[in-house]
Amino acid sequence: MSDPTVVPWPRPVSAARPESVLTVDDILVRFQTRDASVTAVDRMTFDVRHGEFISVIGPSGCGKSTLFNVIGGLITPTSGLVTVAGEPIRGPHPAIGMVFQEESTFPWRTVLDNVAFPLEVRGVSRRVRLEKARDVVAMVGLTGFEGHYPSELSGGMRQRVSIARTLASEPKILLMDEPFAALDEQTRLLLGDKVLQIQQTLKQTTLLITHSITEAVQLSDRVVVMSYRPGRLKRIVDIDLPHPRTSEIMTSDAFGHYVAEIWGDLRDEASRGMAEAEASRGART
Amino acid sequence: MSISRADHAPALVGAATLLGLFALLELAIRAGLVDRYVVPPPSDVVASFARIVTEEDIPHRFAQTALEGLGAAVLIALVGIPAGLLLYRHMVLRVAVQSWVAALAAAPLVLAYPLFLVIFGRSAMTIVMMGFISGVAPVTLKTLEGLSATRRVLIDVGRSLKLTPAQQFRLVLLPAAVPTIFVGLRLGLVFALINIVGLEFLINFGGLGQLINELAERYDLAGTYAAIAFVVLVSVLFFLALERTERWLRPGR
Repeated sequence: MSDPTVVPWPRPVSAARPESVLTVDDILVRFQTRDASVTAVDRMTFDVRHGEFISVIGPSGCGKSTLFNVIGGLITPTSGLVTVAGEPIRGPHPAIGMVFQEESTFPWRTVLDNVAFPLEVRGVSRRVRLEKARDVVAMVGLTGFEGHYPSELSGGMRQRVSIARTLASEPKILLMDEPFAALDEQTRLLLGDKVLQIQQTLKQTTLLITHSITEAVQLSDRVVVMSYRPGRLKRIVDIDLPHPRTSEIMTSDAFGHYVAEIWGDLRDEASRGMAEAEASRGART
Repeated sequence: MSISRADHAPALVGAATLLGLFALLELAIRAGLVDRYVVPPPSDVVASFARIVTEEDIPHRFAQTALEGLGAAVLIALVGIPAGLLLYRHMVLRVAVQSWVAALAAAPLVLAYPLFLVIFGRSAMTIVMMGFISGVAPVTLKTLEGLSATRRVLIDVGRSLKLTPAQQFRLVLLPAAVPTIFVGLRLGLVFALINIVGLEFLINFGGLGQLINELAERYDLAGTYAAIAFVVLVSVLFFLALERTERWLRPGR
């Protein structure tokens, strides 16, 4: 009997492409500063398919986090549209669960109460929400820490609490903004494995914003590459690596090939970003 | 064993330091280095406790000062915290009045007691209102500071979950601001108690402040210092209650 969590590879050719659950359509974001108008995101268009793991990658300052906030409904774009299952979103949408880059657990709540928070807000009874929260806590590997406060946990554990809190609300789309950015390399790899395992178990549609090429290739079915400021769509790379994946995939030749290919796309953009940053620093001094 | 020792160490060191200072003072007075008609020996002060408790109706006076303090504290919290929230919510109002509130916090408001006497008469209400007025500004400012310092990402978590403004305040902003609000409450309570005891002393009305005045006029120095010790006790009780309340409202620190 086959393992239901294993997605067969190569994937069977289907007559119908999996439908899009999220569409980013011609998104433009301009900010008005004191001196000028700055375009942070310029005409970004892509879609996210049901059950897919997609990463958006780009050099620092390319507008990735702005895009994250637009998709999450926290920023209204200057023009363009984000739709969830065809429905345009105006403000935060219940189908989208957000995991933030910065540590975002509530320090005054225990792990269990943090995870149960979205259900509490929805008015779910205490018994039901704690039961559900316990399941999700177990899923992220934090069983035994339910009664601990965030101050008693490591950075990686706290980020897992944030992910669990978002998963507890059962979002159709898990939207994450560099959730492992503040963690050390080994913890990042292990958490990447954990996220992938959860994504494959739940068939969770996931959109990850990241600046790590290896993380993007390790986790994703497709990688959206952005240019440096203003953030434009440069290319979408299909990652044709077998599932289920773990961090062990990183030793394969194919993995190295994808990393090199994406780095080839990003190198010029990252160099341009670095040169501009140095020039503006020079101008200030 | 070692954990229990570590838990009690600060309290033991604190008590030992206090006893050590009293012992030094006692020695200095007995040796004639400090005039016993200015500062009475600590042993005389301790010996006078029983006397003033029975003869000067300490329980009633203690209760009166404590209740006036409690009344002022409740008013300070009921007005100061919403006022801080109001300034947080309305930028124009904040810019317009923040410096005035800060000035109020620094002003020697006890000098305004004749005005309060005219408005409320020579009563406990005057004392409570003086305590309230002198303590409300720090609570307002610290509430504003605590709410403004709430990490953006926590507010965004609330926004992403579509919290109503009331939920955002109750479930995110207020718990995040609790430690800073309690700093304000401690400051406000200190100001309030100073003014309450000071005004009892000045207008010779009820409570421990009036007793200190009477004992000082009778030149009962040991009794005066013993009465001051009871004022300190009121303060300690309020601070312990605040600490407990803070720990209950904001666990996990």
